[in-house]
This record gives sequence, structure tokens and C-alpha cells, in this order.
Amino acid sequence: MTGGGVVVSEWTKIRTVPSTVWTLVLTSVLSVGLGYLLSVLSRGSLAGASPERMVNFDPIFLAFYSLTLSQLALVVFGVLVVSGEYGSGTIRASLLAVPRRGLFYGGKMLAATVPVLVMSVITVPATFFATQAGLGPYGISLTADGVPAAVVGACLYLPLICLFAMGMAAMLRSTTRSLGILLPLLFLGSQGLGNAPPVKAFTQYLPDQAGMLIMHLVGPQDDPRWARDYGPWTGVGILALWAAAALIGGYLLLRRRDA
Amino acid sequence: MNRVIEVENLSKRYGDTVAVDGLSFTVRPGRVTGFLGPNGAGKSTTMRMILGLDHPSGGQVRIEGGSYRQLREPLRRVGALLEAGAVHPRRSAYAHLLWLAQSNRIPKARVRAVLALTGLDGVARKRAGGFSLGMTQRLGIAAALLGDPPVLLLDEPVNGLDPEGILWIRNLMNALAGEGRTVLVSSHLMGETALTAQHLVVIGRGRLLADTTVREFIQANSRSYVRIRTPEPELMRDALAAAGLSVKQAADGALEVDEAGPEAVGEVVAANGLTVHEVSVQSASLEEAFMRLTRDAVDYRAAGR
Repeated sequence: MTGGGVVVSEWTKIRTVPSTVWTLVLTSVLSVGLGYLLSVLSRGSLAGASPERMVNFDPIFLAFYSLTLSQLALVVFGVLVVSGEYGSGTIRASLLAVPRRGLFYGGKMLAATVPVLVMSVITVPATFFATQAGLGPYGISLTADGVPAAVVGACLYLPLICLFAMGMAAMLRSTTRSLGILLPLLFLGSQGLGNAPPVKAFTQYLPDQAGMLIMHLVGPQDDPRWARDYGPWTGVGILALWAAAALIGGYLLLRRRDA
Repeated sequence: MNRVIEVENLSKRYGDTVAVDGLSFTVRPGRVTGFLGPNGAGKSTTMRMILGLDHPSGGQVRIEGGSYRQLREPLRRVGALLEAGAVHPRRSAYAHLLWLAQSNRIPKARVRAVLALTGLDGVARKRAGGFSLGMTQRLGIAAALLGDPPVLLLDEPVNGLDPEGILWIRNLMNALAGEGRTVLVSSHLMGETALTAQHLVVIGRGRLLADTTVREFIQANSRSYVRIRTPEPELMRDALAAAGLSVKQAADGALEVDEAGPEAVGEVVAANGLTVHEVSVQSASLEEAFMRLTRDAVDYRAAGR
């Protein structure tokens, strides 16, 4: 048995179920489409805005704001890739074909992450250019201050949040349980949970909250109400730690459990 | 290799429940071995442990000399049919077999071959979720045969099949064993298994009840006897005893003679001038023999929880 065969086989599993393909496409379409729409609307409202408002306006925030919604589709993708094994009993066929559980698990994660990474590397710049085109005169260029970091960060953010979702789904083994935990967590995050004053000390370290700092999605950092206790790259690192923890947890449970 | 599957003192506990309890048996090639037991006897659990899906609580299993997890490209060595429906409902039959083949570097041509063999080529591109139970079962068998393996484990393969399908699988299993392959097939139906298998492993409540050939099992268990109804049971009993025949009394008062044919009984009746209302030959079916063998295990289960 070779790792290559396992990865190819896992990729076949992903591409031969319509829902996984569609959630991946939806992530891309939502990112670019919603981003463009919001930037066009913002451009209209910025036309007669006060100078004060212009100071607070952050074109990078607008460039990636649509990701807070499109990531939900990506999380559904990650969950479906893993929990699809359990809902249908495919897991037993999978482990009969690849009885070394680490090889099976690693192959599945790799087969899902590579297309997500490819999708991100295409979608993130496309979203950036679409939003800046939508903003017209208020847009910025790819080389403006903070933009390269935000673009690279977004390209890492999406695969990492997907890996986190897959690790969680591997632990929970059910589509409804996994989405029941992940969607509220990420949706509330986008609604400002990370900045709710009394719990911010804790919530700022939630996976999406930590990872979004580099995309300017958690508020201006020179304002103490929004300021985080860590820098943007540390934030990406915190998200990576969450993803690693979920993946390791999923692996340990897969190794121990009966199938 | 003569002992393809070796189960040694195998146990599986779920909390306080003992599903498999110190089970030992071996499965040899070139014949169909029936793995029998009432529902809940531990057959599926044992098969999952043989295949490395469930971790044993004790004892060990060897398949082809080692553990299943040590097999390189296991689908080429062992084919298994577990419960029906281990297929993603939105995936086509072809795609299901394709990913299985890719994982074990099995040529794509085998996918076509097993689809044709199981009669699924017409529906290969249809979603498996729309399949009938019989078609799903055929897809499971196609998956088991995909790597052309020398060892096959089939858990209740005739479930959901129509009579034509049952005959098909019976012939298939015999053909596979005839090619020298090892075939272990579980069932809760004695009669069906006796028609297919040459060897039997019977378990109840996770324990071994019998490990024997089908022929021996039938000889030992399919009792045939003469049943006599008479208004003079005492006189009849004495007369039969005097003729050297042992007599038992059935629950309804009729007498049963085990070791003699109806001729001998008739002669005893005539010689003693007795009145009889019935002299008939009865045979216990294999199914009854099987139920008698496993009854204690079943009773315990029903009363014990």
C-alpha cells in the first residue's frame, strides 16, 4: 500500500459526492461575489462621507469581510469530507482498504487540504481584486501597507480553519454534531463575540478570532476596545495550534475506537 | 497455508456486556465454512475483530499468518462483506469501487469486471442511495471480490436477496471455495448454511458451541424417530421395552421411539394386540437442531438482562 494510492483514493471520494464539490465551489463564489457586492455598496456610502469616517475606513477589512461568511461553506466542506464516512458506514470499507489508521487519516486530510489550498490561492486574490475594483477610487493596490500579509494570511486562514473543522468532525463523527458546534462558534465570532468586553480575554484566542487579525477583520488595533494581546502572525500561529490540536485529537480517537 | 484464519481465545467486552467470550476456531481453505449463531451471538463482532476494525478485549486473531493491519494492499488478500449499506448514498456504485481500487492499486479493469460479475453494470453510474437492499448487497459483494482475494469473509450475504440472488450467491461461494479460496460466511439460518457450507462453526452468547463438518452435524442432530399415540400407554411402553426398544414420552403424552423404524414398532403392536391411533415417522429439522443447540444461549440472553 502506498501513501499516493491512498491520497488519490481519498480525492476520488471527495469529488464523487456532489455536496462536497458544491460547498467548495460555494466558498469561492461567496468570497468573490459577496465581497464585490459589499464593496460596491460601500463605495456608494463613502461618496459623501465625513473625513472622520474616512479615517476609520479600512479597505483591507472590506477586502476580506466576505470570508467571514464564505468560511462557513468551507467548514461544511471539511465536516462533510470526514463525517460522510460515519453517516454511511463507509468508514468500515475505508479501514478495510487502508487498515493503518494513521495512513488513512493522513491521506484523507491531505486529499482535502490540497484542493482547499488551491481554491484559496485563487479565491483570495480574486476576492481582493474584486473588492478593490468595487471600491473604485477608495481601493488600494496589492502592494499597499498590510495587504501582502493579509493576502498570505487569508490563503493560510482558509485551509487552517478547514483542517480545524476536519479534526473536530473526526472527533465528533457526525455531521449534525460537528456543524452544531462549529457554525455557531464561527458565526458568533463574525458577529463580534471576540470583542465582547467581559469575555474578550478568552474569546480573542478562539480559532477564527486569532486567525482573522491578519485580515484586519477584528477591528482597528490602535483602539484599546479591539486591540489584541498578540500580533497578526501570532494569531495565525494560534489558529494553526487549534487546527493541530483538533487533528491530533481526531487521530487519537480514530486509532483507539472500534469502527 | 492450511490455517488461513486463526481465532485464539478471543474476547470482546462492552462495559459489562460480554459479546465474545474466549472464542477459538480456525478456518481452512478450499471449503465454505459457515459461521452460525442466533442474532446477537457475536458473529459480526468476531468478524470485525478478524478484520482489525474492532479491538479485541483479549486473545488474538491471525489472518494469513499475521494481523489484518499488517497486510499490504489488504483488498488483494482478503475480501469482506460486512453489513449492507456501507456506501455513501450520494456516490455511484462505480465511484465507490473506484476509490476502493485506487487505495490498493487494483487495476480499473477489475472495477468493470466485478460490476459485470454482480450484474450491476447497468446501474454503475446511479447513486447507491437509490439501490434496493438486494442491489446494495450485490455492490458489497462486488467490493469484496474487487481485489480477487484468496480469502473471503461474508457477513449474512443472503440478507435482502431474492431467491434468484440467494441461489447466485450460493453457487458463487461454492465456486470460490472450489478454486481453493477460503470462504467464511456468517448466517443465523441453519438450513440455508447447510446447503452451502461444508464446515460449521456454531457460536452462542460469544462462545463456541460446535466446530464440525456439516455432515457430522446433520448426523448428530437431525434425529428421526417413530411417534406412537395409544389409549394404552403403559402396556405399550412395557411391550416396547420387552422388545428391547427405548421409549420416551413426549409432552402431549405420545410415545417416541428413537432407534427403530415403523416396521419394528408395528410388529410389536401386532404381537401384543394393542390399540394405536397413530404410528408415524418424525424427523427433526436441522433448524430445530440448531435452535436446540443454541437455545440455552438465547434463553440466558432473554432472562439475563
